[in-house]
Amino acid sequence: MVHFIRRLGRWLLNWVQEAGSMLLFLLQGLALAFVPPFRPRRLLQEINLIGVKSTLIVLLTAAFTGMVLALQGYYTLRKYGSEGALGSAVALSLIREMGPVLTALMVSARAGSAVTAEIGIMRITEQLDALDTMAVNPMQYVVMPKLLAGLIAVPLLTAIFDVVGILGGYLVGVVLLGVSSGSYFSGMVQSVVPLDINGGIVKSLVFGLTIIMVASYKGYHTEHGAEGVSRATNQTVVLSAVLVLAWDYILTSFFM
Amino acid sequence: MIRIIDLHKSFNGQAVLDGIHLEMPTGKITVVIGKSGVGKSVLLKHIIGLLKPDKGQVLIDGVDVTQLRGRKLQEMRRRFAVLFQGGALFDSLNVFENVAFPLREKTSLPEGEIARRVHERLDQMNLSPEVAYKFPDELSGGMKKRVALARAMIQEPEIILFDEPVTGLDPPMSNTVFHLINKTHAASSYTALVVAHDLPEVFQVADYVAMLHQGRIIAYGSPEEIQQHQDPKVQSFIKGEVDFLED
Repeated sequence: MVHFIRRLGRWLLNWVQEAGSMLLFLLQGLALAFVPPFRPRRLLQEINLIGVKSTLIVLLTAAFTGMVLALQGYYTLRKYGSEGALGSAVALSLIREMGPVLTALMVSARAGSAVTAEIGIMRITEQLDALDTMAVNPMQYVVMPKLLAGLIAVPLLTAIFDVVGILGGYLVGVVLLGVSSGSYFSGMVQSVVPLDINGGIVKSLVFGLTIIMVASYKGYHTEHGAEGVSRATNQTVVLSAVLVLAWDYILTSFFM
Repeated sequence: MIRIIDLHKSFNGQAVLDGIHLEMPTGKITVVIGKSGVGKSVLLKHIIGLLKPDKGQVLIDGVDVTQLRGRKLQEMRRRFAVLFQGGALFDSLNVFENVAFPLREKTSLPEGEIARRVHERLDQMNLSPEVAYKFPDELSGGMKKRVALARAMIQEPEIILFDEPVTGLDPPMSNTVFHLINKTHAASSYTALVVAHDLPEVFQVADYVAMLHQGRIIAYGSPEEIQQHQDPKVQSFIKGEVDFLED
């Protein structure tokens, strides 16, 4: 029993220590955004890697999510004779919840794992040390542009997700199931308020930063060769998904 | 002059460096030999400030590197270049961009001048102009080492640290790399530390040789003195009787 409590205590202490060092890592990375030299080209490269290259998977996920929402919503609302509310049901679900969360999960699976693998390989092949020895701060050169790119790209991808999801819902609800086009969009305009949109934006900002923080931290602290990179990549996907869902609950409770 | 005084470093309670004393004279090539895993690379990383010692000093022209932080450490590092064991070329950049990297980051030279210097260095390393636009994963081990050496030399540093510069290369390519080290040293007279276990090839480049064993320097002198050294551990290592050193 004592052994179990000791192990639990050690695990908790390690967890708190890692959470603290991850937060310090994030703050250090963000602070370096205000320190010259500024490298706008590096930022554009990272926006391309994290944002542009995630667009296709986000488009696909968004289209099918909107279509499923419309399908499920239509058959539920029809029971109450409220098919006209389909547009607002799809839009609110996407803007408040599905858009930010599913975009974040997709970015985490595609770009988060790529970021960890890239930085991890740089660590084990001494590329980060090489930067250090050239008097180039690896946190500033490698990590900071990725954090900023996460902050910029994830909200934009979320916006794309919302729009494409609504269009996917339109395709199923209006074109296939015969809901009137006017009621689909007018219900949406009446029911979506600025707080819904702001909530979605705040969530996507927090998710973007969380995913790239976890991915960069895990990559930066990779040890033990190729196996270490594999383990770090795996941890990134699992931890960032769990943190996204946990943050989602916390932020939703603020924006209700 | 680089002076290492009573340097200690442990990892997980195991002493890797256990009181190192070593001097590397300015403008000379000092080679540290010793079997794999003895701490040669750890020693090198202390000199450049990538690792902090548990105890001891690394003095470069009287300034203790172990006490430097932030901007002062960065300024000190501008005097250095390091040739890492695997080359540490940036995967995302081609050969030209790799070699140009220190100039683009640390100088305001125009692109034309950067291109001229990069091609001059590649030529010095006997690398053809077509290599400039290849990526690191398209290069052989020997080419990677030569590109890394070109990158290390591009800013004409005062001090160059070579971490196992010929590990994994075939004998002709090893000789080529050692020849290039000799050639660039003759041209630039930098202070060099080479950590290696490739005998007897390292004696070609060394002005001084130090042998690291069980965390300490057990022999130091000219290549001839080391080859004649009376310590059985030194002789055993030179002759390749490595089992003797496992005690």
